[in-house]
Amino acid sequence: MPNVTLRIFRGDRESGKTADYEIPLTPGMVVLDALHYVQKYQAADLAVRWNCKAGKCGSCSAEVNGRPRLTCKTRMDSLPQDKPITILPMKSFPVIKDLVTDVSWNYKVNKKIPAFQPRPGTDWKMWQKDVDRVQEFRKCIECFLCQNVCHVLRDHDKHEEFGGPRFFVRIAGLEMHPLDGVSRTALLKKELGLGLCNITKCCTEVCPEEIHITNNAIIPLKERVVDEFYDPVLRLVRKIRGA
Amino acid sequence: MASASQTAYQAARTGSWWTQVVPVVVILGGFGAYATWRAFEGAYFWAAPYLSPFYSPLIDIHHRYWPYSPALLILGGPLGFRATCYYYRKAYYRAFFLDPGACAVPERKRDYSGETRFPFILQNAHRYFMYVAIIFLAFLWHDAIGAFRFPDGFGIGVGTLVLLANVILLSLYFGSCHSLRHLLGGKLDCFSCSKFGGARHSTWKSLSFLNEHHMLFAWASLFSVGFADFYVRLVSSGAIRDLRIL
Amino acid sequence: MNDKFETHEHDVLIIGAGGAGLRAAIEALGHGASVGIVCKSLLGKAHTVMAEGGIAAAMANVDAADDWRTHFGDTMRGGKFLNNWRMAQIHAQEAPDRVRELEQWGALFDRTDDGRILQRAFGGHSFKRLCHVGDRTGLEMIRTLQDRGVQMGIDVYMECTITRLLSDAGRISGAFGYWRENGRFVVFKAKSIVLATGGIGKAWPITSNSWEYTGDGMALAYEAGAELMDMEFVQFHPTGMVWPPGVQGLLVTEAVRGEGGILRNKNGERFMERYDPKRMELSTRDVVARAIYTEVKEGRGTEHGGAFLDISHKPAEYVKRKLPSMYHQFLELADVDITKGPMEVGPTCHYMMGGVRVEAETAASTLPGLFAAGEVAAGLHGANRLGGNSLSDLLVFGRRAGVAAAEYAKKQSVASVDSAQIDAAEREALAPFERSTNENPYMLHADLQQTMQSLVGIFRIEQDLQSALGKIAALKERAQRLSISGSRMFNPGWHLCADLKSMLTVSEAVTLCALARKESRGAHSRLDFPKFDPIWGKQNNIISRRGGEMSLQQRPTPEMPQELQKLVDGEKGAGA
Ligand SMILES: Cc1cc2nc3c(=O)[nH]c(=O)nc-3n(C[C@H](O)[C@H](O)[C@H](O)COP(=O)(O)OP(=O)(O)OC[C@H]3O[C@@H](n4cnc5c(N)ncnc54)[C@H](O)[C@@H]3O)c2cc1C
Ligand code: SF4
Ligand code: SF4
Ligand code: FES
Ligand code: FES
Repeated sequence: MPNVTLRIFRGDRESGKTADYEIPLTPGMVVLDALHYVQKYQAADLAVRWNCKAGKCGSCSAEVNGRPRLTCKTRMDSLPQDKPITILPMKSFPVIKDLVTDVSWNYKVNKKIPAFQPRPGTDWKMWQKDVDRVQEFRKCIECFLCQNVCHVLRDHDKHEEFGGPRFFVRIAGLEMHPLDGVSRTALLKKELGLGLCNITKCCTEVCPEEIHITNNAIIPLKERVVDEFYDPVLRLVRKIRGA
Repeated sequence: MASASQTAYQAARTGSWWTQVVPVVVILGGFGAYATWRAFEGAYFWAAPYLSPFYSPLIDIHHRYWPYSPALLILGGPLGFRATCYYYRKAYYRAFFLDPGACAVPERKRDYSGETRFPFILQNAHRYFMYVAIIFLAFLWHDAIGAFRFPDGFGIGVGTLVLLANVILLSLYFGSCHSLRHLLGGKLDCFSCSKFGGARHSTWKSLSFLNEHHMLFAWASLFSVGFADFYVRLVSSGAIRDLRIL
Repeated sequence: MNDKFETHEHDVLIIGAGGAGLRAAIEALGHGASVGIVCKSLLGKAHTVMAEGGIAAAMANVDAADDWRTHFGDTMRGGKFLNNWRMAQIHAQEAPDRVRELEQWGALFDRTDDGRILQRAFGGHSFKRLCHVGDRTGLEMIRTLQDRGVQMGIDVYMECTITRLLSDAGRISGAFGYWRENGRFVVFKAKSIVLATGGIGKAWPITSNSWEYTGDGMALAYEAGAELMDMEFVQFHPTGMVWPPGVQGLLVTEAVRGEGGILRNKNGERFMERYDPKRMELSTRDVVARAIYTEVKEGRGTEHGGAFLDISHKPAEYVKRKLPSMYHQFLELADVDITKGPMEVGPTCHYMMGGVRVEAETAASTLPGLFAAGEVAAGLHGANRLGGNSLSDLLVFGRRAGVAAAEYAKKQSVASVDSAQIDAAEREALAPFERSTNENPYMLHADLQQTMQSLVGIFRIEQDLQSALGKIAALKERAQRLSISGSRMFNPGWHLCADLKSMLTVSEAVTLCALARKESRGAHSRLDFPKFDPIWGKQNNIISRRGGEMSLQQRPTPEMPQELQKLVDGEKGAGA
């Protein structure tokens, strides 16, 4: 099989540039295999994150030819081989070294979200039809590719005001949990900036778990925020009921 | 944010991003221009038994209170429904505002506020337009059924089929609406614990199925509305004659 | 604070943030201890996230006849009675409560028609016993624990590798490690430590394990003076991917067989009929792995040296719903649609039954203040682990370790950390930068893997094991000459140097024990001793460090009380 050139970002927080590495292709090779080849034979200190090599852990995210991808699930034979294949670190997070980025911001956002809290007096029976919808959200492997591609973070740097699609997915999973008893709509509106999302669906396009982030998580959450904050009729109804 | 430069990311991305944007600009732009012209025209909207969907429901046709085209009185309903539709929002934010033009394509730096400030905060009113859309749909169904009633009794013309297809596509578009899906079931956390949970779950399931094709219905119904009006205009202005099938 | 390294202090330090570590952290925190948890990867990426099939717990939601006694019996039988009976008993008794607890913390398992947790069949389990979420049970489990822990306020130290345990006057006083991000050193002071570092699969080339599985916990414990046990029992999972080369060893979950998958050789024969006609594909892992290995060796293997595993007789929709990640894994990585055709599979190094020797009730190691739970600990699984028994192990013994470590810490004052130990650890860590010997860690790793694969694999024999010992000694020599370029900033080559030290230690222990055990039992198959030996059936191999050298002894297995003995005797006739 032919050789291909990988054009990999080498650098750290301050600076860096791409370097070219030529590697032999093998059948079924994925980009992560190619990076490991470089590590083994050409640059022992090339920094890459990975764990499962099977699209299950969400460690190996990077941008391959400008597309945010899991490198362990991106087949080399799906990429044009006559030109160098460019591999850059995720753009929305600060680089630590080479392809490894500082994703700690995500863990900070996560901390703001109140965990599951059962409604009092539940008997712990749940039915598949109630659980189905939430199980889609629970598939998330925290690859942070959606966070990376979302223009609110990527281009507008709203890390302070915006939680990002990953955490809308997480909240959707909690809000729609059949036994959960806490409301996180105020948090969504006020602290996590759900309104900053303009539902342009890039998160859904990149999600390796094929979670319908926009249609099934974000838009239903937006509707719930409307229920709570923007719908005058519902407000009135709540007032009358409450009084 | 990353230390690899913006240009490195720009250069890395293979394929051109505007291929997705151009069709949306052309079609939405074209439709907008046509619809505006037709709405102001105020003529050729009726060719018995067909009524152009742009003019339905027909109000104050004799200009007693409203001197301009009757379409302008009602246009706000369907326009608002589409303009605040979750799908169209995506389409025009991308195509007209380049917010973003396509995924992972660098965007202009500027003050961005998403849907948190005027005017886009008004998108939250989508459900109200959805309620209004029910009224319009009812009229359009009424018109489509009326399109079987020719001066000489029951009949079917090409126009009948055009109006019927249009109202079906519009109903699918309506039925796949996110706000509707939320209202009729999505807002529940636990179907099994709610009143009429079983029925609401199956409704929600069906609407979810339609919802997956919302984009398709959005475009298909846009074409059908435009075409239905165009057809009625052709017939009404005498440019062509409606073909009777039955 | 020292300028060369930062220091953190906790009552309980937990090394490893997989299921066992997180469960321990939650419990220790609940007992009022201040808890720190360290892991080599980002939080939530530990091996537990990859577990697919399910958690074994006799909840009797699907098969009403199931109870802890049957689960206990199955575990003992699967482990060929080498298990620590008390651990097996505690495990079987407590697993259902631990699973319910997960649900109460927000986990969402697949449901039965009457709204309870659904359970599926798995190899070696008499009843449908595995609580699951499609084929991503581990993900559900680790997220639930992680969210719970974070909410309770554990301090998480991510991407930090511990390279040495510190001790003071015969008890644990802390741990030394480095930040992977910048290579800077860090010292944790702690009154007690829980090891939850998982397994050792990376010492073999064909493995379902990630880079993290280098046996660090066992090596750390061994170096610090604790005993290891049952190191010869390395589980080769029968079904790993064999093609294409890049994914060789990736796990094909046992759930495929649990859901009705059939194994065939290249002649289309359902060969399990010859190896275990009664349980067929759902026989224990050791049996199925040997069966596939033998088929291939005798020329009946597939094109790429495996067997065919077929689930395509089930409706495509069912397969996609029950085994979604398998479906995608094969479609995307091997161009195979498993709803239409068979997969090619072969044995892959998967799980370590042996490890740190612990006390059943408290998960305490033989070194005061050091506890171990999860895959790093030995005892529960004996000579062979049943599928699904690991995730339950993590919960049951993770919790117990957490309680015990917190209680222990309450009774202790802060021990002092010895700066000489820290200096030594620092020197050792930095040595590869100072040498210019051109010994490349990746090459050394490849050579070690080759040795283990060819000489200490599924079938073992005296002369191979002897020669493996020689090779490991030579590799250890070479490891003294490892050199590395680049900086201390996130440098995987340098990280591998530390990991190699652990791998060499555990490889040696595995080989020594395998050589000593002159019988075949569970995962340990000796071509020169193909039968059970009743004497070996009553003793464990124990590894410890004596005067800087690895030493091996045998110790009798604890005697099972009469009433439990009756349980397994009664079943023996019925099941095995
Ligand atoms: C593909 C696959 C599928 C599986 N499926 C199942 C299944 O269906 N059912 C089942 O019961 N079992 C299954 N298993 C086995 C089970 O997943 C593991 O045995 C179990 O998850 C181990 O958990 P643990 O908590 O002991 O360790 P892990 O989850 O592996 O965690 C180890 C932790 O220790 C940390 N660590 C290691 N060394 C160091 C160090 N030196 N310094 C700091 N931190 C360190 C790591 O970073 C990690 O956080 C499967 C295993 C694999 C590989
Ligand atoms: S849909 Fe919203 S969250 Fe998703 S990428 Fe677009 S703006 Fe971001
Ligand atoms: S939602 Fe999808 S893209 Fe986002 S982190 Fe989770 S798995 Fe990754
Ligand atoms: S390495 Fe786990 S997702 Fe790629
Ligand atoms: S979301 Fe498109 S019409 Fe309501």
